[in-house]
Amino acid sequence: MRQSIADLVLAIQSKQVSARQTVEMALAKAKTISDYHALLSLSEERALQRADQIDAQLASGQTLGRLSGVPFVVKDNFLAFGAPTTAATRILENFNAPLQATAIEKLEAEGAICIGKANLDAFGHGGSTENSAFGPTKNAHDKTRVAGGSSGGSAVVTALDVVPFALGTDTGGSIRQPASFNGVYGMKPSYGAVSRFGVISMASSTDTVGCFATQASDVELVMSIMAGRDPRDMTTLPDFFKSSSELKSSCKIGVIRDTMTEDIAPDVRQATLDYIEKLRQAGHDVQEVDMPIIKYALATYYVVVPAEISSNLARYDGIRYGQAAEADSLVELYGRSRDQGFVMENKRRIMIGSYVLSSGYFDAYYQKAQKARTLLIQAYDTLFESCDILLSPVSPTTAFEFESNVSDPVKMYLADIMTVPPSLAGLPAISVPAGQDKDGLPVGVQLIAKYQADNQLLGLVKQMEPAHV
Amino acid sequence: MSNVSTNSVRQLATLSALELDESELQLLTRDLEKILDYVQELDQLDTTGVAPTYQVTGLSNVWRQDKVEESSADAATLLELAPHSQAMQVKVPKVL
Repeated sequence: MRQSIADLVLAIQSKQVSARQTVEMALAKAKTISDYHALLSLSEERALQRADQIDAQLASGQTLGRLSGVPFVVKDNFLAFGAPTTAATRILENFNAPLQATAIEKLEAEGAICIGKANLDAFGHGGSTENSAFGPTKNAHDKTRVAGGSSGGSAVVTALDVVPFALGTDTGGSIRQPASFNGVYGMKPSYGAVSRFGVISMASSTDTVGCFATQASDVELVMSIMAGRDPRDMTTLPDFFKSSSELKSSCKIGVIRDTMTEDIAPDVRQATLDYIEKLRQAGHDVQEVDMPIIKYALATYYVVVPAEISSNLARYDGIRYGQAAEADSLVELYGRSRDQGFVMENKRRIMIGSYVLSSGYFDAYYQKAQKARTLLIQAYDTLFESCDILLSPVSPTTAFEFESNVSDPVKMYLADIMTVPPSLAGLPAISVPAGQDKDGLPVGVQLIAKYQADNQLLGLVKQMEPAHV
Repeated sequence: MSNVSTNSVRQLATLSALELDESELQLLTRDLEKILDYVQELDQLDTTGVAPTYQVTGLSNVWRQDKVEESSADAATLLELAPHSQAMQVKVPKVL
């Protein structure tokens, strides 16, 4: 097992290793894995300066934060100093953020050091990182396969041990699915748990900020630092993140039967069943539960989310920031800058969004989907009357080969079928490493808790950790 | 089967401020049909009398003091981000 973040901080505080050495090592490692194309940029100069500051503070006897000297990577849709913030798009290719995301500020206030920006599907639109304008990221376990997405780069740098943790965003599975494809933990907190100030918006009603790590206690530490109300993001909730020590010794866990059908790859199904067996051995009460409405969740998601995307992406106009095309009129400037600056999937989602929001279709698609969303939330509420935790696979398959899904958008969207339901309901969910398929590719199991029961979810995951090492 | 015409896709592109070329229009017409076909399975769901959900936090009318807060980015820094600016103003092509 790798060193935990807490142990790394102890090693730095007791001067077994300096912050500078730790950061230099991470930067060196990042350079050796450049063939995976997991990172879009390194903020080397700023990272080393910050490391020297930490070492100087330590030498002068100052009290240090809980993440002192710990290097991390952020998905390139977080506004950060020291490197451009591109969202893996041409339109923001040279965008230097004038401020930093609150999540990064909070981690830095505890002494963490951001060393670089990770690749993603442009604006977070995708499930494989193949939609990056700068080229795809390769899977940490098999370079012929996708990293998953959209936070593919963050998952790969965590899996390859470049940094102990990395940040991602999850709108419909963008942390959980790449975590599953690369064999690391990936946590999406309750909607509103972590500030999204300074994070490039995709779909405002489901966007969340979360993290990747290789140990459950690391996930908990990072999430607890990032969580809490932010006056600059009015959707944030008062801090509800508590220690998970009060976990019940026996949880009632519901396996969603509708996610364990014959559409699931046999090895994924088997790994999920094996994990269920481990939960039972640990004393948990695991039962199958029905959730027939879940089959409508993906259709609901692919109406609601493109609608929000088409609104959020309206801000990219080639005027206030970002790339501007050559144009003689305002209309040309908008149209050309956006055509040149967006990848096809961005355009596809904007177009779907414009369609479902246009008069004549608003009720039939958008309003209908928001009602379906209510029914989905009610179904979760009913299940949580008798269950503490719900369980499903993260993805129907393990990491797929490059270009196997790109020609058919619906086929690509189907990869999100297990992860979008909790997103629509705002529920906390985590991808837990749970073995491998016959080709050695990682499989993830998804655990879902009640709204704002993030600590309960992490408590269970921490308790189960030694069982599958 | 959804029937989306290339003309209506062209109109949508205009509304979306996207200057698409012919091949993009053809591709998106096909994709839009496929996606709309897929999401139409929502029609099977009875939503009579169900209220829509637009957000999940239950928060509403989150107020703050009407006080200007110091921002880390000043006007000059923000203006530097604009592709075209002049005399401390963002410059755009002729509108009329």
